Amino acid sequence: MAGVSIRQVNKLYDGAVHAVKDVSLEIHDKEFVVLVGPSGCGKTTTLRMVAGLESITSGEVLIGDTVVNELPPMDRDIAMVFQNYALYPHMSVFDNMAFGLKMRKFARAEIQARVKQAADILGIHELLHRKPRQLSGGQRQRVALGRAIVRHPQVFLFDEPLSNLDAKLRVQMRVELKKLHERLGTTAIYVTHDQVEAMTLGDRVVVMKDGLVQQVGEPLELYNAPANRFVAGFLGSPAMNFVEVRLAERGGALWAEGDGLRIQPLPEQAGRLARLNGGRATLGVRPEDLRIANGSDPEGLCFEADIEVIEKLGAQILLDTRAGSHTIVASVEPTVRARVHDRLRLAINPDRLHFFDAANEAAI
Amino acid sequence: MIEGAAWRKWLFFYLPLAVFVIWLLFPFYWMAITTLRPDGELYRPWNAKNYEPFWTANPTLDHIMLLLEETLFPTWLWNTMLIALVSTLISLVCGVFAGYALARLKFPFAGSLGTGIFITYLVPQTLLFIPLADVIRNFRLGDTPWALILTYPTFLIPFCTWLMMGYFKAIPKELEECARIDGASRWKAMIYIILPVAVPGILSAGIFAFTLSWNEFIYALVFLSSSEQKTVPVGVVSELIRGDVFYWGPLMAGALMGSIPVALVYSFFVEHYVSGLTGSVKG
Ligand SMILES: Nc1ncnc2c1ncn2[C@@H]1O[C@H](COP(=O)(O)OP(=O)(O)OP(=O)(O)O)[C@@H](O)[C@H]1O
Ligand SMILES: [Mg+2]
Repeated sequence: MAGVSIRQVNKLYDGAVHAVKDVSLEIHDKEFVVLVGPSGCGKTTTLRMVAGLESITSGEVLIGDTVVNELPPMDRDIAMVFQNYALYPHMSVFDNMAFGLKMRKFARAEIQARVKQAADILGIHELLHRKPRQLSGGQRQRVALGRAIVRHPQVFLFDEPLSNLDAKLRVQMRVELKKLHERLGTTAIYVTHDQVEAMTLGDRVVVMKDGLVQQVGEPLELYNAPANRFVAGFLGSPAMNFVEVRLAERGGALWAEGDGLRIQPLPEQAGRLARLNGGRATLGVRPEDLRIANGSDPEGLCFEADIEVIEKLGAQILLDTRAGSHTIVASVEPTVRARVHDRLRLAINPDRLHFFDAANEAAI
Repeated sequence: MIEGAAWRKWLFFYLPLAVFVIWLLFPFYWMAITTLRPDGELYRPWNAKNYEPFWTANPTLDHIMLLLEETLFPTWLWNTMLIALVSTLISLVCGVFAGYALARLKFPFAGSLGTGIFITYLVPQTLLFIPLADVIRNFRLGDTPWALILTYPTFLIPFCTWLMMGYFKAIPKELEECARIDGASRWKAMIYIILPVAVPGILSAGIFAFTLSWNEFIYALVFLSSSEQKTVPVGVVSELIRGDVFYWGPLMAGALMGSIPVALVYSFFVEHYVSGLTGSVKG
């Protein structure tokens, strides 16, 4: 097995569309890395360059210690699972899984053994004689996975493999993928636009936007310390609340003043914000970091809001509230009694305030 | 389907269907019945008392015997078969590879090349036979099967290329990409994955090409002169119409027996053929 290094890779389609911009990533051996981002951000393109299906405009891709820029896909020792499964329609499940081994001239007994082993792992033993069109979506997905694992490749590449499945099956397959990775330990690069998939599957997550890497890190690291406003807003559901504020010094302390609320950052954060004194910034707070204020909450972390919509989700209640001109979503305990049009006092958990530069959107 | 009362189904489905079937099959029926009617009935005037054009009480095989014994019909049949098969084969091989290249490989001017090939198909044969006649004469191929085997592909290859290009484009490219990651070269991916998946398309192209060359008339008329080299369409017309005398019985017998092989080919492949035309590839 091997790691993958992507070094300052660029991709220009037809010399015009700059799909991937200066992407650099070090993917370690046995690591499960997820590329996530909105549609069109260059995830698939990056993956296809690693696979060798798309030429690399500039930069280098290494698998193990070998530069693979010029190697054809067949010599890269990788396996890829496609969104539409790409099962060979004229071959049985067994032949689909055996094809890669046959191409590499494995002995017949070895092929039998490996396909059987993969079929055991994935629970598709009874399906081996069927044709792909006789399978359900979930079964096809398993066969596609089986075809990848029989080869024992250096690296697995996944391009949105679960997005054609229904919600329940997706959750189930997600767990299975995770288990499979734990069992095989093969390095994997996984592309998705689903942030939940990214957070649950990835050892590390790479957030991309417009061909640029926004942030790389472990899931909770990205969640708790997003590098910029985009990452903060992209990860987490419901999404982080953003409020445009003006920073001003009042009575010796720095305050963030927005329409309908005044917040006083903790001293340490205020220190970093000091250089923006008198300027603008974006304040971000996640819905689950808001709660109904009680008497002991400091004045600087509370604000008043009117409830506009109440969404009872069971495990928590989402309150869509209005403070000034801003809509702010708060996720509160299901025991909270609240009615639409009530006026509430909400408090922010003190160390959970995020600030972003108004100009370049970087976290402060 | 048509819902509601049974009579609606009869009125809106079976009745129109029957009209179409009769409309389409009548020429074949006419061909068959004329083949079997004796000359005496064929040339009876329309106002005669026992005039019955759609039926015969005294079927005869005379016309067929005449065709087989007094003309070179068996030879023509053999010529047509050989020429149609070989030219179809040549065109299919070229068309499949060219169609694949145009659909899948990235090279400069791929798009305009595709259009160019289609335009050659649009040049009418009635014009193209003039320069081709010159070529045939220069290579001394006149009056040999090669004259047709080598000229039919001029319209069959563009046709097959265009049809196959469309078909290949409809095959998800991930299939091939997956095969190439699985360890197949582009060539092997084509042989093991793309061609098997494209079989319905290849069959439709083949059947079309076969029919086109089977029925071809102008080139066969111009490039072949001696009776034993002729193909069925030309042979039947040139030997059984003498001046203004039409030997209707043998003519129709020739037409009938000439269409039987094509009908057989169609019915044999009909299932693949239909799915090929509707271009259904399921992943
Ligand atoms: N073959 C191509 N030719 C030209 N431009 C392309 C091509 N493939 C992709 N692009 C462009 O490159 C950019 C990145 O595309 P890519 O497929 O990598 O996005 P993605 O992140 O995978 O999006 P999605 O989540 O929708 O799959 C897009 O702007 C897209 O339009
Ligand atoms: Mg994609």
